[in-house]
Amino acid sequence: MSMTGVQIYKFLPKTNCKKCGFPTCLAFAMKVAQKSIAITDCPDLSEESTLALESAARPPIQIVTVGADEKKIEVGGEVVMFRHEKTFYHPPGLVIRLKDSTPLEENLKQVEAVASYQVERVGMMFTVDGFAIENDSGDAAAFAKLVAAVAEKAPSPLVLMSTKPDAMKTALEKAGPLRPLIYAATTDNWSDMTELAKAHGCPLAVAAGDGLEGLAGLVEQVTGNGVENIVLDPGGRDYLSSLTQLTQIRRLALKENFRPLGFPVIAFPGEGTDSNEEESMLAGQQVAKYAGIIVLNHFSPSTMYPLLTLRLNIYTDPQKPIQMQPGLYPIGNPKEDSPVCVTTNFSLTYFAVAGELEGSAFPSWLMVCDTEGLSVLTAWAAGKFDAERIAKATKEFNIAGSVNHHRVIIPGHLAVLRGELEEELSGWEVLVGPRDAVDLGAFLKKSW
Amino acid sequence: MPTVEIPVEKWSGKIHEVRLGGQGRKEVVVGGENTLPFLHFEGSIPNPPVLAVEVLDRDPRDWAEPLLQAWGDVLKNPAAWAKKAVEVGANLIALRLKTAHPEEGNTGAEEAKRVVSSVLEAVDVPLIVLGPEVAEKDNEVLVAASEAGRGQRLALGNCEEKNYRTIGATCLADGHVAIGKTPIEINLAKQLNILLSDLGMSQDSLLMDPTTGALGYGLEYTYSVMERLRLAALGGDKMTSMPMICTVGEEAWRQKEAKTSEGVPDTWGPLAERALRWEEMTAISLLQSGANIIVLRHPSTVEKVQSAITRLMG
Ligand code: SF4
Repeated sequence: MSMTGVQIYKFLPKTNCKKCGFPTCLAFAMKVAQKSIAITDCPDLSEESTLALESAARPPIQIVTVGADEKKIEVGGEVVMFRHEKTFYHPPGLVIRLKDSTPLEENLKQVEAVASYQVERVGMMFTVDGFAIENDSGDAAAFAKLVAAVAEKAPSPLVLMSTKPDAMKTALEKAGPLRPLIYAATTDNWSDMTELAKAHGCPLAVAAGDGLEGLAGLVEQVTGNGVENIVLDPGGRDYLSSLTQLTQIRRLALKENFRPLGFPVIAFPGEGTDSNEEESMLAGQQVAKYAGIIVLNHFSPSTMYPLLTLRLNIYTDPQKPIQMQPGLYPIGNPKEDSPVCVTTNFSLTYFAVAGELEGSAFPSWLMVCDTEGLSVLTAWAAGKFDAERIAKATKEFNIAGSVNHHRVIIPGHLAVLRGELEEELSGWEVLVGPRDAVDLGAFLKKSW
Repeated sequence: MPTVEIPVEKWSGKIHEVRLGGQGRKEVVVGGENTLPFLHFEGSIPNPPVLAVEVLDRDPRDWAEPLLQAWGDVLKNPAAWAKKAVEVGANLIALRLKTAHPEEGNTGAEEAKRVVSSVLEAVDVPLIVLGPEVAEKDNEVLVAASEAGRGQRLALGNCEEKNYRTIGATCLADGHVAIGKTPIEINLAKQLNILLSDLGMSQDSLLMDPTTGALGYGLEYTYSVMERLRLAALGGDKMTSMPMICTVGEEAWRQKEAKTSEGVPDTWGPLAERALRWEEMTAISLLQSGANIIVLRHPSTVEKVQSAITRLMG
């Protein structure tokens, strides 16, 4: 975050000694704010102020990396409370919890299922981010064994869960190079956990059960000991306390620039709910409202797919809406004699049209033209959705190869293009569809 | 220990309180909050979001299998269906007059009156009546519904720019609440509220439907438009301070994810589970963006979302 001149001025000696080459400290501060000179040009800056300035220049919510190599996840770094204000940048990591008290074979089966899970949406592939491994048995050897097995089978971002420094130590000997998140430093063990985090260069989760003040105090102790990559666990588990705490933490960080809580937050939806379904709903709330890492007790495709979809929705940049890949899309098993409808690649238009076709009695082909993500009327007005483009797309996607007729349906708003399009596409009949997608079903019934 | 002062916003606005039902019928009140969803530490939220169950005036033969199974025989009779919906926890019934659609039977005022009366008789919760979403037909059947439900304080929808005069006038005459629906856009929503207010409708007689995008199908647009409307309202704009209604069931169950079991990837999971998750996830996200009334389709979703609301209300 960049600081204003006045903010920087507060940290200067305010003696106007001119050693920096400027007449006053304020004039110097203004130049520093413009980034035209460095703060170190003031020789009298106290060590305290230097540290304070450095930390003030950090983003209000620290970006924390969990994992190593390509599979790492980055969380935090958010700058707004509401996605429309700018965007949400770093989607929360979704990890599946394993307990070392579960038979190893069962755990490895789960690891296999999770690691091989991938699902496609709007042309992108989504996977589960990693695992949280819990020292439920209390036995250090059992913990280390499971950690080593998972690290070998599926080297991915990990959260290691134990409050015992000795168990954490042996586990880190196995998985340290994967830069797992150490969960967690508490009021009892923070000193040892801090040392482990430093020794292995790992991020550290800080957990305090007694409210945000207790948490902030513990964070200060941990940062004072030299650990900067921190993930917060404020302790709330149910719907309401999770929403309350995550909102308060986000506000404190963004609005008050409150350093001790300027970190991403870890959430445990399974601990505040009683079933897989409810866990996924609470996780959904936490995707929308401010979680950085979400630890799931359950894994199943039917809950993971909606959750990944929600994460994609919420973390889409509102300024750059999702565009559909141009092409010919089958909607509900169309055949050779099914209708062909033309639309734009603005995702919302596509979804509206595809949804109506899906709901109609007519399986159809939906031809998505490249309108650079603009909706029908905007694209038409901008000259990005004209007869030439539609004709070109018809040829490019080889529509004639998929159907045994020569009829296309264009959006009602483009009625004026009909004649021109029939010229461009000789031998094709152009039908003018309805203006609104909702009327597609009725239109097809009448006109197809 | 550092002192933590929780930042609290001093909102100047408040969501209008809208009453439905009453006078012998159960009363449901929505709105009234002066803070963002469930932020009890900041303001007061006198009324929880409520759940309506969608009931059609005809057998929904085209609905997805999990819905048909869950409701069973009552689907043949709107009154029985509504009764069962109340048993599974519906705070309201949203009766959709589907058969009035020109392609679905083109029934008229008589049939609308009959169905509305039969549902009003069968249940004691307030009723939302929705037209077939063809402006002229909406006018015809909603006016009929309005007369049949005079004094019962129904919510009638949808008013759009095309037909708001007729629906607004009938709501005024019979003491009902109008639902203004606009296509995912903050200024259009506000504009319609202004038009309805200019007709003489008071602010406690309006709901707004910002148009729902299902999970994966435009949800993020709805989510953000709702957040923006709510922030504008809390900032003091009375013309965006109407409680919001979201047709989650209709949109979620329309999508492939909630309907298709064959020819889809295994990673989607079995239809019977996935379809429910689709409706639940859409609902839980829109609760966070400010929904006051959520219209659902599956009984199990009603139970799950209700439990989430109860917990969020503390
Ligand atoms: S050298 Fe430092 S103290 Fe002296 S005028 Fe410049 S900024 Fe102020």
